[in-house]
Amino acid sequence: MADMTYREAVAEGIAREMRLDPTVVCLGEDIGAAEGVFKTTVGLFKEFGPTRVWDTPISEQAIVGAAMGAAMTGLRPVAEIMFSDFLACCWDYLANEIPKVRYMTGGQVTVPLVVRTANGGGLGFGAQHSQAVENWAFTVPGLKIAAPSTPADVIGLLAAAIRSDDPVVVFEHKGLFASRGPAPPAGHVVPLGQASIARQGRDVTLVALASTVPIALQAAETLAADGIEAEVIDLRCLVPLDMRTVLESLARTSRLVVVEENPYQGGWGATVVSIVADEGFELLDAPIRRVAGECVPLPFADSLEAQVIPTAARVIDVVGQLAAY
Amino acid sequence: MTRAESKRSAPPPGADVDFVQLLTPDGERVTHPDYSVDFDADELRGLYRDLVTVRKLDAEATALQRQGELGIWASLLGQEAAQVGSGRALRPQDMAFPTYREHGVLYCRGIDPIMPLGLFRGVDQGGWDPIANKFGIYTIVIGAQTLHATGYAMGINKDGKVGTDEGEAVIAYFGDGATSQGDVNESFIFASVYNAPVVFFCQNNQYAISEPLQRQTRVPLYQRASGFGFPGVRVDGNDVLASYAVTRAALDNARHGQGPTLIEAYTYRMGAHTTSDDPTRYRVASEVEEWQAKDPIARVRKLLEREGLADDEFFASVDADARTEAVKLRERVLALPDPDPTEMFANVYPNGSHEIDAQREQFAAYHASFAHEGGH
Ligand SMILES: Cc1ncc(C[n+]2csc(CCOP(=O)(O)OP(=O)(O)O)c2C)c(N)n1
Repeated sequence: MADMTYREAVAEGIAREMRLDPTVVCLGEDIGAAEGVFKTTVGLFKEFGPTRVWDTPISEQAIVGAAMGAAMTGLRPVAEIMFSDFLACCWDYLANEIPKVRYMTGGQVTVPLVVRTANGGGLGFGAQHSQAVENWAFTVPGLKIAAPSTPADVIGLLAAAIRSDDPVVVFEHKGLFASRGPAPPAGHVVPLGQASIARQGRDVTLVALASTVPIALQAAETLAADGIEAEVIDLRCLVPLDMRTVLESLARTSRLVVVEENPYQGGWGATVVSIVADEGFELLDAPIRRVAGECVPLPFADSLEAQVIPTAARVIDVVGQLAAY
Repeated sequence: MTRAESKRSAPPPGADVDFVQLLTPDGERVTHPDYSVDFDADELRGLYRDLVTVRKLDAEATALQRQGELGIWASLLGQEAAQVGSGRALRPQDMAFPTYREHGVLYCRGIDPIMPLGLFRGVDQGGWDPIANKFGIYTIVIGAQTLHATGYAMGINKDGKVGTDEGEAVIAYFGDGATSQGDVNESFIFASVYNAPVVFFCQNNQYAISEPLQRQTRVPLYQRASGFGFPGVRVDGNDVLASYAVTRAALDNARHGQGPTLIEAYTYRMGAHTTSDDPTRYRVASEVEEWQAKDPIARVRKLLEREGLADDEFFASVDADARTEAVKLRERVLALPDPDPTEMFANVYPNGSHEIDAQREQFAAYHASFAHEGGH
């Protein structure tokens, strides 16, 4: 199967849905002639033209707010927020309006829209262009959340997100845009809320999402050389959260390390481990550990940023501590 | 529709509207009923020197980025007159809130030009002291600084520091793209109803990354001010004399208690949006050439020559001095030390915190564990 980059997969994933469904439209800053500042909308304007690919004025609030209104007419808008940090600029719509409209109309109005956004750090973009903010959206009932780690998952999850009647926030990781993987066949869909086992192992479960999947896999390779077989679970989505796959893995490994890029404080891993504490305590032979970002803003200095974000070395170190149990 | 067809074909909104101009592209002085300057020969030569120097330092920063020595750089190329004109119009007590492109204003505030380069080299957490230098930090979340400026101006009002020649005023810099943001429009409303001493200085460089002006507006931007209840004026942003005169008048009005003004400095971004951008994807070469003929520096040189205020020796020495400054800047950038890793825990909270202290200790212990292993 041909290879493609994660970045190409974003444009391809959107294009596939736009070909299938004429109600799908895209809107955002610089997504037309410039084809996206991260080149994630390459070819869309050329193929679908200005009636379906809208280069918008610079207002995140208007992009997401108008996406909601457009969705009420039966369109399926795919709104781009250039950097996930700027979700804060449209937070009213994401926290108060979009996720509540179905509830507050007694189920009579749904807004089947997608907000896609470039998330995460590791590229030296500083405190306001580098944050991993899946956990912001995770606090809002009514939003679904996908965060793919491979090109095939990008296409599969985008398909599921765009077809979903619920609003879905899709976090595309900036650090993964250049990574490569097999291109999925036509019709590829990854249902929301279905984790994948990225690597099988019997000694410890590493739960990861998006950028931390390759970090966990890298750690697992090194650990394997020392005779420790780590199982790596790629959650793919935070809402719905596939805890069944995590708990089944723990039944085999009895040890859990969660690897997340967002700060430890308020990170999504806290929810994962609290569910394990509630529902899987008897499965455990060792304390649970979370490897997360430090609770500081992302430094602009790249030598410092590299220390804030989780690394394979830190994962290996923590797994080593658990081996004592 | 192909990509070429999506490039701008019609002139931007309000391209035919007059602006305040005191110096034509040919270096001829023209008069304006409301605005004038009375610079002597020394001051005119000084402005020329500023313009050449900020362009040279900016070019050096772009070169450093190309050679992998800076992470990114947003060039001011083409906007020197708008920045030097408005920057020199500030009085020492005035406060400025920049975007990420105001290297020329930073220079006029007397801040060491290495400061932003340390940031963009990724070795420095902070930079200049915004309060001591009366120049805010570079703001990259588009539009936010207009509200910072408005709040600062409301603080000046509260402290009663308006109404005299010694009164304080604030200037907020932003681009044409930023005018679409809610917070920019909200800052206009606050400034208006609180009669805040703030000047909104919009450098309309015709593009917001790839998006041409008509993506943001159907009316000339300066006309927006009237709907908010304060004056708006468009100035030739490639004319340093007019940019100075208009900004000085607006700041003086503000400091005397006459409230906000919106200035639209009509100019052009000659380079890419940043070093990460490729403008050939969305604009045509002929447009860039057209603006080349309106260069902000060439016209001051023509003026100095026409009026016999400077000779070849002067121009050569300005160029040589700018080159020397650029070389010095480069050497200093390359010599900047890497920060200590534990610096990432500094300044999260003003008085520290137990959590951060604990993280710092853990971090230090973790790194010490490698040091002890040693040897590999
Ligand atoms: C809130 C927010 N949205 C989007 C961006 C990405 N972005 C960076 S610069 C820019 C264009 C700004 O254009 P303009 O205001 O005209 O200023 P210019 O860069 O042309 O000086 C955009 C959209 C951002 N930094 N902040």
